[in-house]
Amino acid sequence: MIEFHLDARSGVSPYQQIVRQVRSGLRLGLLREGDQLPTVKEVVGLLAINPNTVLKAYKELEHAGLVAPRPGIGTFVTATLGDGAFAAHGPLRQDLMRWLAKARRAGLDDESIDALFQDAFRSSSERGIA
Amino acid sequence: MTPAVETSGLTKRYGRRVALNDCSLSIPTGRVVGLVGPNGAGKTTLLHLAVGLLTPSAGTISVLGHAPAESPAQLGRVGFVAQDTPVYAGMSVADHLRFGEWVNPGWDSSLANDRIAQVGLDPAQRAGTLSGGQRAQLALTLAIAKRPQLLVLDEPVAGLDPLARREFLQALMATVVEGVSVVLSSHLVADLERVCDYLVVLVASRVQVAGEIEQLLSEHHRLVAARRDGLQLPSGWKVIENRETDRQSTLVVRHDRPVVDPAWTIEELDLEDVVLAYMARASSNGAHRPTLVGVQR
Repeated sequence: MIEFHLDARSGVSPYQQIVRQVRSGLRLGLLREGDQLPTVKEVVGLLAINPNTVLKAYKELEHAGLVAPRPGIGTFVTATLGDGAFAAHGPLRQDLMRWLAKARRAGLDDESIDALFQDAFRSSSERGIA
Repeated sequence: MTPAVETSGLTKRYGRRVALNDCSLSIPTGRVVGLVGPNGAGKTTLLHLAVGLLTPSAGTISVLGHAPAESPAQLGRVGFVAQDTPVYAGMSVADHLRFGEWVNPGWDSSLANDRIAQVGLDPAQRAGTLSGGQRAQLALTLAIAKRPQLLVLDEPVAGLDPLARREFLQALMATVVEGVSVVLSSHLVADLERVCDYLVVLVASRVQVAGEIEQLLSEHHRLVAARRDGLQLPSGWKVIENRETDRQSTLVVRHDRPVVDPAWTIEELDLEDVVLAYMARASSNGAHRPTLVGVQR
């Protein structure tokens, strides 16, 4: 079971934050087909937010075909996102951690690392399209 | 569907002072409504009219389709937690529950006992010795255990520390899951942002704006442009706030359709920005604010 958290300063609405956390859970393999999402009551009890916010997020995930409600029981994951190549995630993560350590040793702060990554990411996607 | 609260031209005067002026609202059920405004704006007056502690000087109000406090059945439909969550200091927690059961036909004593246990209150403790957070939880329990369709709360979290505030709002939101409509007031927008889905802004005895929060956020934007005379606004835009320096115009506008206009830089607003714009407008009594002097370089 995943647990949601809210970042008040992100500028992203609470309902969008819940949607994103489920989607990223699916991408990272933290959530798999058949897993149950926290019930509306559980989320409300944890985050002290309006239940309609949670319902709205779950509705959107349902429309995207990622989850489905089972009446009286809860909401369950019905699909996976991404390629399902979770096996490759571990080694890739390790490579990335090594690279991050190297960037910090070279004196880059978080913002520079993020900017560098985004820039490299963009140019590699552009090359992919060309 | 019957609105939770519906008012038309609702006015309340205390002698010559007008506490609430020509208020017309229709609030749907199933919402958590935030009533926000500065101290003295008329929030408590409006809530007291809704629960029948006050009667209107003019205009009408109906709550869940009935006149406030018109019958014992209506009293049972509406739960009320007054400002500073008052309890009887000399009575124990258990006495409060017994009293609640005695005066409320629809009293759910297992719900009341479960809640008291859940929030860790000792039934034998005298209410006068409870902390602010515990007292608020006791008052909320009394209001919930009568199984109302609508809960009305006047500044319920104003005096609470951040942890007690969170625990209170968690408990309140859990009752919303059960289908209870809620109206709560606060002078702090931050308290309302996560829990409310409907907002009523009350300033200087008048309702300035009311509506679904999501819709309010999508209809209000801040526009910034270099100042020039005769600047034209697209039709359908309503200026809420207008600030000008010698070189810049900054407007908060409400619009009925999305706008793309290269003359203006368009920024998103958060709920606090929207509320503040209406407060600024109300405090300048509809007149334009004095022109601010720009920073000279």
